Amino acid sequence: MTQQQTEGGDVRLTGISKTYGSFTAVHPLDLTVPQGSFFALLGASGCGKTTTLRMIAGLEEATTGTVSLGGRDITGLPPYKRPVNTVFQSYALFPHLDVSENIAFGLRRRGIRSVSRQVGEMLDLVQLGDFARRKPHQLSGGQQQRVAVARALINHPQVLLLDEPLGALDLKLRRRMQLELKRIQTEVGITFIHVTHDQEEAMTMADTVAVMNGGRVEQLGAPADLYENPRTTFVANFLGTSNLIEGEIVSAGADVVVAAGGGKLTLPGGRCPSPVRSGGKLLVGIRPEKMSLTHTDDADRIPEGRNRVTGRITDSSFIGVSTQYVVESTAGTALQVYEQNIERDSRFQPGAEVILHWNPGHTFGLDAAQSIDAGAAGADSPEAVA
Amino acid sequence: MSVTKAPPAHPAEAAVRKPSTRRRLVPYWLLLPGILWLLVFFALPMVYQASTSVQTGSLEKGFEVTWHVRTYWDALTDYYPQFVRSLLYAGTATLLCLLLGYPLAYLIAFKAGRWRNLVLVLVVAPFFTSFLIRTLAWKTILADGGAVVDALNTLHVLDVTAWLGWTENNRILATPMAVVCGLTYNFLPFMILPLYTSLERIDGRLHEAAGDLYATPATTFRKVTLPLSMPGVVSGTLLTFIPASGDYVNAELLGSADTKMVGSVIQTQFLRVLDYPTAAALSFILMAVVLLVVTVYIRRSGTEDLV
Repeated sequence: MTQQQTEGGDVRLTGISKTYGSFTAVHPLDLTVPQGSFFALLGASGCGKTTTLRMIAGLEEATTGTVSLGGRDITGLPPYKRPVNTVFQSYALFPHLDVSENIAFGLRRRGIRSVSRQVGEMLDLVQLGDFARRKPHQLSGGQQQRVAVARALINHPQVLLLDEPLGALDLKLRRRMQLELKRIQTEVGITFIHVTHDQEEAMTMADTVAVMNGGRVEQLGAPADLYENPRTTFVANFLGTSNLIEGEIVSAGADVVVAAGGGKLTLPGGRCPSPVRSGGKLLVGIRPEKMSLTHTDDADRIPEGRNRVTGRITDSSFIGVSTQYVVESTAGTALQVYEQNIERDSRFQPGAEVILHWNPGHTFGLDAAQSIDAGAAGADSPEAVA
Repeated sequence: MSVTKAPPAHPAEAAVRKPSTRRRLVPYWLLLPGILWLLVFFALPMVYQASTSVQTGSLEKGFEVTWHVRTYWDALTDYYPQFVRSLLYAGTATLLCLLLGYPLAYLIAFKAGRWRNLVLVLVVAPFFTSFLIRTLAWKTILADGGAVVDALNTLHVLDVTAWLGWTENNRILATPMAVVCGLTYNFLPFMILPLYTSLERIDGRLHEAAGDLYATPATTFRKVTLPLSMPGVVSGTLLTFIPASGDYVNAELLGSADTKMVGSVIQTQFLRVLDYPTAAALSFILMAVVLLVVTVYIRRSGTEDLV
């Protein structure tokens, strides 16, 4: 397809904030989205991610701060003068126009007469060629979603803003549309800023994820980096599942040793929040899939140098590729373990005494001064599980 | 073989069918009161009037059906100025209602916020007073030497309207303008309410989407809001135009002999001249004309797939 050459430009938010009366939706926020990247704003509902997106689109006026695009300050521009387009959560297709007129809307507003070739190309891109003359209400949810994407993309915006565009679709369709959106983004090379509350969606699609909570960006980084090295308990719990054990630091250094639940856990000093002092508190974190489960009778088979926690299985659920166990541990908390279903040990039944062990290198440390279950499913963001 | 097998199937089938037959009749039972009402108060009078329109005779000798269709022709040729006037006044009043009502309906639907219900009540409030009294009040408002006439005179507006043929002798009362003002005032709520309902149904996010797609607020209105509010425009204009074209109160109270509308003629024929056939024929002609105008209008506005 012929791509209109748009001059390069990063989206730069500087000190941008939004308050409604006494309620602060977005705290002053600095954010740079590099040109051509797929950027996700992830958070539970009410965290300010949509407000941030709407301030970039110009649909919401920023209380403070500036939005700039490729070095140009666009804070004061009304939405129809900004070179950005939005895919709305509800799609907001024009019900009185057919699919091709919906897609052509932006071009026509800019005075472009011959739109049929470009509309045809867009219809091909989103694979809706046969539906050009249908009205939006004659389309399925997934088709409407693709029309909404085509309607925005045809304008070759410098940035495409996606406001939970997949939220209304069922799981299977959502997975397919995720891949499709990713494909389109790679094909057209436009910057995508995607707002979602679905951590899996954010991680599979985006190059960079900004996790938002309470109107602030908690952490920003590549999905794998966020997952492996969460810096707050919110990120640790919101992105996937984390086991967090509170302990007291026994010794600090290249390796930090923490006393928890009558045992000692080791973790790399580089993965701890600084400063680490002996005698201080630390939250030791480990992802469920990184732990192994061994029955107490086989304790001597566990290699030396691994972190160990003993406990008793209280619950197990078989989910095909793996089995998830809940283990009541001596460390005080219920720990989750995912065991691959390769050779299942039949002794792993509720009530069985087990030892959880893992490579100390996989352990991360978090500041103990924060709520241990911030961002956990069911804690303060019920729909985060969805 | 099949014959011997058939009987046992029957009772079961009948058992299934019986409640469903009863259920199928439910809609008709529910329709019955309405149908009866229409039959007694609409269909029968229509038949009666149709028969009256082709009768001849006088009040003393009595009327009888003689299929005297010429009454229609006579009624039309004698009173065509009143017909033209009716359509003209009703059309003008409808247009004015649209021009006044659309911005108000738009305001209530999108900008009134928590005042919305209050403003809606205010729109309907005039209905709490009798139609007649409200129209009489306009007689005072537009009276000679009143504030309105004085103001318009000072501004020389009445010179312009007189030149257009709407007013004469520096007065408003007893002129076409007075009648159109009365019609506009009396039928305005019938325009505003349907407009409001159709505007209020428009998803506000469509405005955002249009703005996001480079439409200025004016273009957004022209390309999104207006087309989507067409059902309201159509039903509002119909609800205004149809009763206004048959109205006689405004022409009687605010107009003069020169501003008589066909409604006045029908009323006079029925109640004063007592020429029932002509009155009935006039009614049917009015009905036919309005039906024609409305049909053409709906066809041309092309709102079938929006309603």
